[in-house]
Amino acid sequence: MSPEQAASAALIPAEAAIEAPTDEGGVRHLLLGTWRGRIGLGIVAFFIFIAIFGSLLAPYDPNASSLDTLAPPSWSHILGTTESGADVFSQLLVGARVSIVVGFAAALISAVLGSAVGLAGGYFGGWTDRSLDALENWFLVIPTLPLMIVLARILNPSLWVLIAVIGLTSWAGTGRIVRAQVFTLRERAFVERARALGAGDVYIIRKHILPNTLPLIFANTVLIVAVAILSEAALSFLGLGDPTRISWGTMLENAFDSGAPSAGAWWYVIPPGLCITVLVLAVSMLGYLFEEYVNPRLKEQEG
Amino acid sequence: MTGRWLAGKVLGAFLTLIFVIVFNFFLFRVMGDPTSQLARLPQSTPQEIKQLQKDYGLDKPLLGQFADYVGDTARLDLGISQGSRRPVWDEIKDALPWTLLLVGTGTLLATILGSWMGVIAATRRGKKADDGLLSFSLFTYAAPEYWIGIILILVFAVWIPVFPDGLQMTPGAEFSSFFDKATDVLDHMILPVTAMTLMLLGQYFLIMRSSMVDVLTEDFVTVKRATGLPWHRVVRSHAVPNALLPLVTLSAIQFGAVAGGAITIETIFSWPGLGELSFQAIQDKDFPVLEGTFLVFSVGVIVANLLADCLYFYLDPRVQAS
Repeated sequence: MSPEQAASAALIPAEAAIEAPTDEGGVRHLLLGTWRGRIGLGIVAFFIFIAIFGSLLAPYDPNASSLDTLAPPSWSHILGTTESGADVFSQLLVGARVSIVVGFAAALISAVLGSAVGLAGGYFGGWTDRSLDALENWFLVIPTLPLMIVLARILNPSLWVLIAVIGLTSWAGTGRIVRAQVFTLRERAFVERARALGAGDVYIIRKHILPNTLPLIFANTVLIVAVAILSEAALSFLGLGDPTRISWGTMLENAFDSGAPSAGAWWYVIPPGLCITVLVLAVSMLGYLFEEYVNPRLKEQEG
Repeated sequence: MTGRWLAGKVLGAFLTLIFVIVFNFFLFRVMGDPTSQLARLPQSTPQEIKQLQKDYGLDKPLLGQFADYVGDTARLDLGISQGSRRPVWDEIKDALPWTLLLVGTGTLLATILGSWMGVIAATRRGKKADDGLLSFSLFTYAAPEYWIGIILILVFAVWIPVFPDGLQMTPGAEFSSFFDKATDVLDHMILPVTAMTLMLLGQYFLIMRSSMVDVLTEDFVTVKRATGLPWHRVVRSHAVPNALLPLVTLSAIQFGAVAGGAITIETIFSWPGLGELSFQAIQDKDFPVLEGTFLVFSVGVIVANLLADCLYFYLDPRVQAS
């Protein structure tokens, strides 16, 4: 660090700390002190636990077929069996892993891409911004699921393809939000001051712009996790999931393909969809909570 | 001013379309090697592949291939379906009206129901009706639309068999009149349209609710009340028309979701539209059809966005002034 940078670093943190809306106590209160936070966190933690230990907890091998096909719930199979006689409950436990892994990994890719594009466009402005903005616009306009389908079909389905395809197609909203935030930050006194003291672009972005944008990125990324979980389920349902892994989406695909709805096999079609719905609800609830916290104007509007 | 604004929007839409075509070209012609798709038979000799490449213009330089591609697309020559061996455009032409019927009815119902629910919730903010409607809309947002569709089949076609569980009309049926045929289609439409409406409803509701909440705090509402106008008249004649404006923009944003929903919901109900066509193409690895449906979905969304922009411009004098 050059002396100038050291000087600006010494001068600025006080003001930067006021700018950044996140502090440890606030987030803890948000998650544990409000009922929405407690329920959301509880459900997400529960599903993460299942994602890690689900295969150990499963009473049966989720792929094991038997002659007992499409059997309704009983003491030996609490959620009945599939068209191949496998245990629905075991598949449900094992399936959590794909949803959680794809949801979080794809959201992470989307957050990194969106932040990078938003930071670069918002900070440098000019042609950089105009071309990045056009790219963002394109991704915002083009229908997402058909785009994901086309990419996944060409690349051949696997877990990594799912993560990449969802991550690469869902960053534009984050980019837009980050860009707007950086636009306002760029003109603030503490950034001007750092620049006057000779701080470089990378230093200013890293020390002043990014810390003040991070809470916003975080809140947005939590909402993207929900979208990514839904996208994984939809792609898997359409037959573009990882063929070697069970997920809630592939369970619905198999159930539908084997005619379980017409056979009245509610135990096979309701649980996977319900798991997706509850997990997405819990994640979105946390996302909205963070969003309100980062942007209190939203809360006033909701009254 | 108006002319320049409109020209800018049309140019923007046109550029997005060019982007789609370039993207399609690279995706399907460059990344997905077309000869391997053309010569699906593993025993084809190198000479046969060479001949195929020549027939399809694949021996030309990339720029020449691109020019051919743009020309073909402009003439709606989208290739031949590998499944049915029919021209892709013919397949799309057959499927498009069914998708428009499903998507149009669903969007219309979702707009009407969603805004009506939004008004109810906003005027009873914090009360039980508001909480109930909010929870319901969050649930429909989080629940996969195809799962809702499966449950509709389970309940209304299997347990209480009042509606058919798929297709657009009774197969093999002879209809004595247009009216009979329309009734049959309507009967088949109810469940998929319900699934589509439920999928879109939540967003319309949330936007209408927050828009209504904003409008109800504005000065003109207070002034109208002060004139002694009854509350329900203030809401109906003055607040609602103003609050409807953001829905126009929303409907444009929604078109992307509509395209996705068309694919999954049509799949569930074997509804013979573009979505079902895409699903078959995914299953059969029928790239020309997949490419064609993606193009049509994209063009649909781009045009819908443009129309919504124009409508918004026409409806909101504040945009015209700025």
